[in-house]
Amino acid sequence: MTSDTILQVRGLTKTFSGVKALDDVQLTIRKGEVHALMGENGAGKSTLMKILIGLLTPDSGEILFEGNDLTTGNVGDVLKRGISMIHQEMLMIPELTVAQNIFLGRERSGGLLRWLDDRRLTEKAGALLEQMGVAIRPDMPVKYLSVAQMQMVEIARAISNNASVIIMDEPTSALADAEVATLFRIIGELTRQGVAIIYISHKMDEIFTIADTVTVLRDGKYIATRPAAELDIDTLIALMVGRKLDSLFPVPDGVPAGEVMLSVDGLGRRGVFADISFEVRAGEVLGIAGLMGAGRTEIARAIFGLDRISQGEIRIRGKRVVIHSPQDAIGHGIGYVSEDRKGWGFIPGMSVRENLTLASLRKWSSGPFIRDKQERDVATAMMGELNVKATGPDQLVTYLSGGNQQKVVIGNRLLAQPAILILDEPTRGIDIGAKAEIYRLIHQWQQRGVAIIMISSELPEILGMSDRIMVLAQGKQTTMLSRHEASQETIMRYAMHRDRDTGPTGE
Amino acid sequence: MKNGFTTSFNQVSTSYKTRVQGIGKYGLLAAFLLICIALSVLTPRFLTVQNLMIIVTQVSINALLAFGVTFVIITGGIDLSIGSMVAVTGVVAASFAHPDTFPVAVPLLMGLLAGVAFGAFNGFVVTRSNVPPFIVTLGTMTIGRGLALILSNGRPVSNLSDSFNFIGGGKVLGVPTLIILLIVAFISCTIVLRKTVLGRYMYAVGGNEQAARASGIRVGAVKMAVYTLCGGLAALAGILLTSRITTGQPNAGAGFELDAIAAAIIGGTSTSGGSGTMTGTLIGALLIGVISNGLDLLNVTSYYQQVVMGIIIIGAVVLDSLHNKTNA
Repeated sequence: MTSDTILQVRGLTKTFSGVKALDDVQLTIRKGEVHALMGENGAGKSTLMKILIGLLTPDSGEILFEGNDLTTGNVGDVLKRGISMIHQEMLMIPELTVAQNIFLGRERSGGLLRWLDDRRLTEKAGALLEQMGVAIRPDMPVKYLSVAQMQMVEIARAISNNASVIIMDEPTSALADAEVATLFRIIGELTRQGVAIIYISHKMDEIFTIADTVTVLRDGKYIATRPAAELDIDTLIALMVGRKLDSLFPVPDGVPAGEVMLSVDGLGRRGVFADISFEVRAGEVLGIAGLMGAGRTEIARAIFGLDRISQGEIRIRGKRVVIHSPQDAIGHGIGYVSEDRKGWGFIPGMSVRENLTLASLRKWSSGPFIRDKQERDVATAMMGELNVKATGPDQLVTYLSGGNQQKVVIGNRLLAQPAILILDEPTRGIDIGAKAEIYRLIHQWQQRGVAIIMISSELPEILGMSDRIMVLAQGKQTTMLSRHEASQETIMRYAMHRDRDTGPTGE
Repeated sequence: MKNGFTTSFNQVSTSYKTRVQGIGKYGLLAAFLLICIALSVLTPRFLTVQNLMIIVTQVSINALLAFGVTFVIITGGIDLSIGSMVAVTGVVAASFAHPDTFPVAVPLLMGLLAGVAFGAFNGFVVTRSNVPPFIVTLGTMTIGRGLALILSNGRPVSNLSDSFNFIGGGKVLGVPTLIILLIVAFISCTIVLRKTVLGRYMYAVGGNEQAARASGIRVGAVKMAVYTLCGGLAALAGILLTSRITTGQPNAGAGFELDAIAAAIIGGTSTSGGSGTMTGTLIGALLIGVISNGLDLLNVTSYYQQVVMGIIIIGAVVLDSLHNKTNA
């Protein structure tokens, strides 16, 4: 172990009910580096991190932290020794202030019954945040913060803990571009001070922007550790999936689109978006691009009846419709897959079968009674079509990987046989293999004549899948591009478009 | 093979969990049987046909209420007003059940109608306001008790017809009507929960209300349905109790809601919604009945019985969470 190695993992193995989640894994982290941990969902990244922070105990193998054995530590031990994790789901107490959250459990007031010195904590927290260069008031209750700000507070907590290794799990998944820049600046400062960052992300561009070293896991096994500078995207993907991907996106087949299924004219929601007009034809994919907060999801929600519109009209097959609720929208043949898979997508306590048939249950029932056999057959057939990896139709959806959960959500909408399908960030947080499958599915349903609206923050996805692309900026439509007009640069230019005079007032 | 590269990734979490959480369907049944065996060894009076009949008869009212509240809890709600509904519906039924006034169907229907209306009112307020069901039904619990006292002028409604008294106190082919109705109600509720679209929607609403909405489920209608069903079952319990004690008591049913909720929870219904079964609830109610009967036979005073019952409720939920942890 060289002198600048801070954390070394060797021969780590962890088995869950007979399945090896980690198999002889190694990892070496040096002081002051950003070490990206890559792998598809289910590759063992989360298990490895849980072992590092002491939430799980490995079956065998060793963890050396600054030369000390850390293999059987609990959460408290690991924190004291300086490993902190910034969780994907923020673990903070909303009613407490920023300062109280930062020092939670470490108030050091001397005994449970002593008075807390909140003012001292607030001053300390303020100094820390200022040092990080983020403008967050330490006496503000955490519930008023944005996700990005909460993340900064989590990082401040890690720093105040004197963490020498900070684990970040998908830290940018909910951040806007400017916030990502702030995060990267702070990461840069931390590494200059010798803090090592273990960085988990599915976003390739981020990895190549900030990582110094990349370690790849696959199926719970250690695959390789390489300097980031020696890698390119293709090599990295090949290491992750174990073979080269021929093509991520299906080839467009040039079949002309059919009749106009959905047209939207002058749609607006006060203060959110305004003057949105577009149409989608049968067998066509309309991509909607834009920065976070541009109003993409809000438009989808309004069309699906989750939010009220304040102006404009929606036509389906040329006929004007009024949509007040998701039931109305579904009645008009619209299906919506939300960007928030856990919140709006599936019922965790239900099986794959029950989740798949939920939106179309009336079709598989006689009067009030579900036709069990037909329901099972339909679900099993859909599992096959979607290539859902599960032990069977009765496995709970909770236990599937993110990609397979997403397939189940899409399958639920498809079984309702929508004429119009709205997909909001359909591949967010999904590994690359499942992504390719979802693209194939979208293409397949497009060929069957479904009109598809796809909202995405990932430009390659927008470019690879869309026939036409609508770009939004600040709640307004800035352009409509055809497939061959569009490039990453044009989309970004229109997405950044600022027009001070015509903000989304909705009037 | 086109998409073969993903085949092996998702095999990590293969643990399978049925909808009965907790100590699990079989764990609960095993605990129940174990207690029965222990009691048969400890006292010869336990395992007699007569005693078992007494237990089931005593359990039946609580079980009916517990079935109703299980529906509600599965959708993520709660109903604290069921004890008061027992009193209201009992008093209403009794008012129409005096000898030589109306045929026996009238008190039955009026009682059921009162319960259904009361339940629908609960459902209406829960779905139309943002007030949590706990608070809404805490309010209607008090309202219901007041209504029962108003309708009866605060006095027991007695002098009921023989045919009315037969409903809850009679026997058919030697089997008490209470037991027959319990079995019918159990089978019907199980079918609703497991075989119907409505039952599936209940689990969906309790499991993830937003996802249910996005699947096109009319969440408000499902909630209306469960509170109304719960009211109907409470009415049935109220009528049976009134018939059995041959009096409409405005003070009847006080505290029944807690026993019913306890039976559902011991039976593995999660208070956070989305899971639970009628079988679990039935076993939960039987468990409560057997334990209090056994403690009676062993001459344990009712003071201690309450302590024991409390420990069992907490114990069941603790086992529940331990079981969930090992499955996670």
